[in-house]
Amino acid sequence: MAMLQITGLTHSYGGDHGVLGGIDLTVPDGRLVSIVGPSGCGKSTLLRCIAGLIRPTGGTLTLDGSPIDGVPDDLAVVFQDYSRSLFPWLTVRDNVALPLRRRGMSRPERRAAAQEALESVGLPDAGRRYPWQLSGGMQQRVSIARALAYRPSLMLMDEPFGSVDAQTREDLEDLLLQVHRTQKMTILLVTHDIDESVYVGDRVVVLNRSPARVHADLDVDLPASRDQIETRGLPEFVRLRAEVGRLVRGGGRSPGAEPADTGTASDIVTDE
Amino acid sequence: MTAAARPRDLAGRVAGGLLHRWLPPAVLVAGWEAATRAAESPFFPPPSAIAARMRDLWFSGPASRLFLSAEAGDSIAPSLARMGLALLLSVAAGVVLGLALGRSERALAYLEPLLQFARVIPPPTMVPVFVVLFQLGTQMQVASIVFGAVWPILLNTADGVRSVDALQMDTANAFRLSAAERIRFVIVPSALPKIFAGLRLALSLSLILMVFSELLPGTSDGLGFQLTYAQSASDVPTIWAVIVLLGVLGYLFNSILLAVERRVLSWRRGTSNSQ
Ligand SMILES: Nc1ncnc2c1ncn2[C@@H]1O[C@H](COP(=O)(O)OP(=O)(O)O)[C@@H](O)[C@H]1O
Ligand SMILES: [Mg+2]
Repeated sequence: MAMLQITGLTHSYGGDHGVLGGIDLTVPDGRLVSIVGPSGCGKSTLLRCIAGLIRPTGGTLTLDGSPIDGVPDDLAVVFQDYSRSLFPWLTVRDNVALPLRRRGMSRPERRAAAQEALESVGLPDAGRRYPWQLSGGMQQRVSIARALAYRPSLMLMDEPFGSVDAQTREDLEDLLLQVHRTQKMTILLVTHDIDESVYVGDRVVVLNRSPARVHADLDVDLPASRDQIETRGLPEFVRLRAEVGRLVRGGGRSPGAEPADTGTASDIVTDE
Repeated sequence: MTAAARPRDLAGRVAGGLLHRWLPPAVLVAGWEAATRAAESPFFPPPSAIAARMRDLWFSGPASRLFLSAEAGDSIAPSLARMGLALLLSVAAGVVLGLALGRSERALAYLEPLLQFARVIPPPTMVPVFVVLFQLGTQMQVASIVFGAVWPILLNTADGVRSVDALQMDTANAFRLSAAERIRFVIVPSALPKIFAGLRLALSLSLILMVFSELLPGTSDGLGFQLTYAQSASDVPTIWAVIVLLGVLGYLFNSILLAVERRVLSWRRGTSNSQ
């Protein structure tokens, strides 16, 4: 039962060389897949294609078997540029509650759901304030709360923890794991933090430099219940982290030689 | 908060602000009074005489009617009603059309030259056309105000709508907001600063056009009518009284609009630094 299926996805913004160079990726229902790759390689572009916000120049994208044409239903996105994606004229609570109008919830229900989501990201008292009154890390958590309150079946997160401090970041990673377990949503998480990609992911997909392709696709063979200290000490975690790090840097070091690159990565786990 | 902690500072600052604000006009009026008294020209009555005439004309009524006289009901009230109605129609038409145009790149590309053309036509030159289209009197007056005041609102709204942040639209799309929700929660709020800028222009235009429209045939009341009547009767103090009243009204309306704008756009206080 393949939920998200991407084949031969290419995209170019109109320049002479493409950003995505034929991405193949299958994400089964209810998985949490981390996506890593050098900055500027096209991770955000990939997420925008999946979200139906840009029409890719080539390839096919299907969600539950039907082609993605426009924004899929039941989708939430945490944009990389979180501060610009919050509406400055709405309070924090109204920002989080706005998408819930589609859920047929009453005003008190929407407010309660927004408050609950804000509490879950550690912002119980921010509801009445405006986004611009909050720090960058707090704004980022508001945009995560907005996605969580929506309870989507597919959640796309573009470097969602980039601006929060280390302690909060670990809390949010654990929150994400818990939400993923209890709400059975499919999550694609783009991150530049290699540790994080292994810690939260069922799988880690490594993209190489543009035009981006799937450089490696590794299964994370760690126990489902994870712990910040214990899991990070496991030999398998350490091995995977080194492996992903090597792959990301390898992709970055030789941008012009993708075919040879893919060949040398002998321990790639392909998903077929 | 810091000001509240030091009330004496606050009082000093308020007094200072009032002084800064009112000292120049007070000096000006005093100078004007002195000069006109010295000159004794029949065409330039002193401000005290103008004020007295204003009081006699409009503000000599009973306290129960806020001191407004019957004359005020014949001149100020119809003028303000026309201006208010015309401004309301201009805002409604300007915002709705501006939203439609701003959302459609192509419609705007086609219509922009036409709009810019229509905008620079002085409303007085359209009077012969309006005579055919509208009844003399209120219809005609309101039409000529609207024809002048609608453009800044329309063009500014379209401009504001066009410059909605792309990522904010992406967010609205990603969460699949309905068209109505998009307009209400994303497009209008982000275009509102521009709409208010258009509204300020429209307000001063509509005051000017109100006077103009009351010079048209078929007018029997209003400040413009009073002005022409006083002119034909060589009633110089009344002419000045109308002029001063128009200035005061313009200032008052603009202050009210600014206060409303500050309230409605209060969220911008925090973001204005970054914009
Ligand atoms: N809207 C756009 N128009 C033109 N080029 C773009 C646009 N968005 C991104 N790009 C380019 O596409 C490439 C990939 O960008 P992006 O997907 O944001 O990468 P990443 O998220 O991996 O850092 C970059 O070279 C970037 O400059
Ligand atoms: Mg990115």
